[in-house]
Order: sequence, then structure tokens, then C-alpha cells
Amino acid sequence: MTLRADDVWFRYSRKSPWVVAGVSLSVEPGEVVGLHGPSGAGKSTLGRVLSGSLHPHRGEVSVDGRPPRPGRGTANPVQLVAQHAHLALDPLWKVRRSLAETGAADSALDALDPALAPPALLDRFPHEISGGEAQRVNLGRALLANPRFLVADEVTASLDPISQVELWGLISAAVDARGIGVLTISHDRPLLDVVAHRVLDFRELVRTPA
Amino acid sequence: MSTAPLLEIRSLAVSFTQYDRGLRRRTVTALAGMDLTADRGELVALVGASGAGKSLLAHAVLGMLPPNAVESGTVRFDGVVLDPAARRDRAGRDLALLPQSVTFLDPVTPVFRQVRRAAVLAGRSAPDAVAGAALEHRGLGPEVHRRYPHQLSGGQVRRVLTAMALMGDPALVVADEPTPGLPAEAVRAALADLRRIADRHRAVVLITHDLAAALEVADRVVICRHGRTVDEARPADFHTDELTHPYTRALWHALPGNGFRLTEDA
Repeated sequence: MTLRADDVWFRYSRKSPWVVAGVSLSVEPGEVVGLHGPSGAGKSTLGRVLSGSLHPHRGEVSVDGRPPRPGRGTANPVQLVAQHAHLALDPLWKVRRSLAETGAADSALDALDPALAPPALLDRFPHEISGGEAQRVNLGRALLANPRFLVADEVTASLDPISQVELWGLISAAVDARGIGVLTISHDRPLLDVVAHRVLDFRELVRTPA
Repeated sequence: MSTAPLLEIRSLAVSFTQYDRGLRRRTVTALAGMDLTADRGELVALVGASGAGKSLLAHAVLGMLPPNAVESGTVRFDGVVLDPAARRDRAGRDLALLPQSVTFLDPVTPVFRQVRRAAVLAGRSAPDAVAGAALEHRGLGPEVHRRYPHQLSGGQVRRVLTAMALMGDPALVVADEPTPGLPAEAVRAALADLRRIADRHRAVVLITHDLAAALEVADRVVICRHGRTVDEARPADFHTDELTHPYTRALWHALPGNGFRLTEDA
């Protein structure tokens, strides 16, 4: 099972320039691939195309030959975690409800690794938890969906160094234990060199439009 | 001549009174005891985890806390204790906040009008000319005047915010997380900007979670945790491994280039 992009093209409208132009890449299970590039280049757009939130105009994204989207009773096999942890949580919902959104039963929530969301955190509102805690909740929610792949877009760019190490420890654990494949997007090259098995340069992936 | 630093914060504590359920009130302590000084010509970084109260300190210094906040401790400016109302009064002139992001600009007003308004609020005469010159000085010509904030790049937004913050020729600039998510070159440009501001005889407090960036430009690094100042060090102390406080050591060793590990004190 591989996450694959074959000659993927994407733009936001017919009049706007191509943001993702002819990108091909693949991520294998249990592999952490870094994607590095300047801001505004289209890395996050590519991340959203790979996780099925945006549909390519040309080319194809596939997991095991199928496009990444939720099936009947199953979640999207490619889950996205983004930079701003608190923006990904409904401010009026307690953490428990955000996690339950995945369809996970209460028993599954209580059995969640306390390093992701300790029991005391489940009944708090997002504004009552720190950025590091909120991002661990987001990761926990993504993992509750039993994904095959994770797109991690600047997931620790807003975190302090210690929270960053903690979050990556949890991602690595999921990679090792469940064989999840990860595409991680970052402008921070030293970070990618530590966490990724191989690093792709976004500029080298994009074709000059003909 | 007084020898007191321009800004001197001692045991600053902030708590909030909230209504929990019905009429039941509870008090939440957000800052438990922050100490920080910054003098003219100095760039002092305040580093800590998100949720440690760094932004709150910035807002407290400028007297911008909401009415349900209770403050204790002292904030001295030029040797004089200023209460929150006095600080708020001087905000935008002697004290300026360089805020975090584009969300501090009005999304439905063109940028020139916003910079002009900052000039008016700072009491400058000829606000049109002053605003135009301030933008021009940062490489933003007339072509951006009529643009809305969302039509600017992240770097341009930062330059607009800087122009607005410096409009009143402040003696103290508090920069709140100016760099997260920016690429390395933009981070360097933002930090170099702050360094220049400090070098022009101003005091700059740089609030950030990015220890590596802080070490590149700061004269001193103040470390806070759980709303309390726990340590202060010079950038050289980090590189020569002369850190004494366990939490500061833990932050240093967690950086990707320094082992990317958690020490037991973290």
C-alpha cells in the first residue's frame, strides 16, 4: 500500500497560475518523507491534494489504487494535521467531542494513549489547553481514524522545542507500531533532517509549466 | 542620570476572574511571577512554551488586559512605576506592540488608511506624508497603498505592522511571536529588523517560542515556564554549555541540531 501522486496538477481557479504543477511522489508504509521548500510555493496545497481535501485537475492521487476519501463506515486513509493546533478544534466543543468526531466509541477515547490526550484533558475546552496539548489532541484524532498515511503540515512550527520533540516522539511511535507512512511539510530543514528518512525539495518536484 | 533600565518588570502576576457555571466564580492564575528588564539598545528575548503566558506579558506591559484581569507586581518605565492605565495611555507612543500576525490589521480597510490612522493616533502632524514615508522606508511603494491586508505577503504584512508600531517613535517595542511558520530567510529578515530597532537606542522585547532564532539576535534570553520567569542567560552560555537551569538545558537539547531529545527535567 503506497500513497502515490502521479503527475498531479492543481490551481485554485482557471485564471490563477498552477500551484502544483506536474508533481509525482510516493510515500511507503512506515516511511517518513520530508517536503521542504520556501513559503508560498504550494507545499501546503500539495498536502491538501494528497490528503484528498482538494482534487487535482490533472493527474491522480491514490492509496492502493484508490483516491484518498472516506469510504462507507471508514475514515479517509490519509489524515491531515496542520500548523495551527487551536484552529483545528471547535472552540465550543470539549476535547472529548472533537475526538469522538472520528466515530470512535467512548471506550476507544478512554483507551487512547495518555501521552496523546490524558484523561483529565478530555473534558476541557480548547482554550483551556496549551498549544502543545492541542496539537497532541489533533494527532490523536487523526490516529483514531486508523489512517494508513499522515500528512503533517508544519505541525510543530508553532510549538516550543520541547513540545516539538514530544509530538515527534508520538508520530514516530505511530510509524513504528502501525506502519503509518508520513509526509511532513516544513520550512525547517534541520528538523526534517532529524525526523525524516528522506527529504524532497518542493522546487525540484514542480515542473515548469509548458 | 538614573541607572535603572528603561523597562523593569518585577513579580508581575495576572489572574482572571471567570464565571464558571451560573454565579460560581473562579480565579485563574495566568502569570505567577514574571521578572524581566530591558534597556535602551538591548534586545531581550522572552522564551517559553506556548501557554506559558508570554503574550499575556506583552499585553500587560501595554495596559491592554481585559477588565476582568487582576494584576500585581510592578512595571517601571524609565524608573517610574506605571499602573495599567498609565501604560495604556502611553501605548502607541512610548511603548509599542509589534503584534503577531495579519489578524491585527483590519481586513476591510486598505493598508495605507491603517498606517495613516496609526500616525494620527501617535499624534504626528501631516499623517499622509508620514504614513507614505514610513511605508516607502520599508520598501512598500504607492502600489500597496490601496491593497487590503489579505493581498499582501507575510513579509509585507510584517513590514506594515512594523511601520505602524514605530510610528510614535517608541522607546520600547514588544514584538509578539513575529516569526512562526516563516521560511528561514524571512525569519532572518524579521530578526535583523528587530536588531536594527534595538540598535537605534530602543529597547526591544522579543517574545518567541523559537529558541534558535532568539539566540541569533538577543543580548539576553529570559526563560519562562508556567507563567513564571525561571532563568536568564546570555546566548554565549548556550553554546558553551554553561546553562544552570534544568529547563533551559532541556530547551537547548530539544533543538533539532542539538540532539532532539528530552532530558529528564523537561
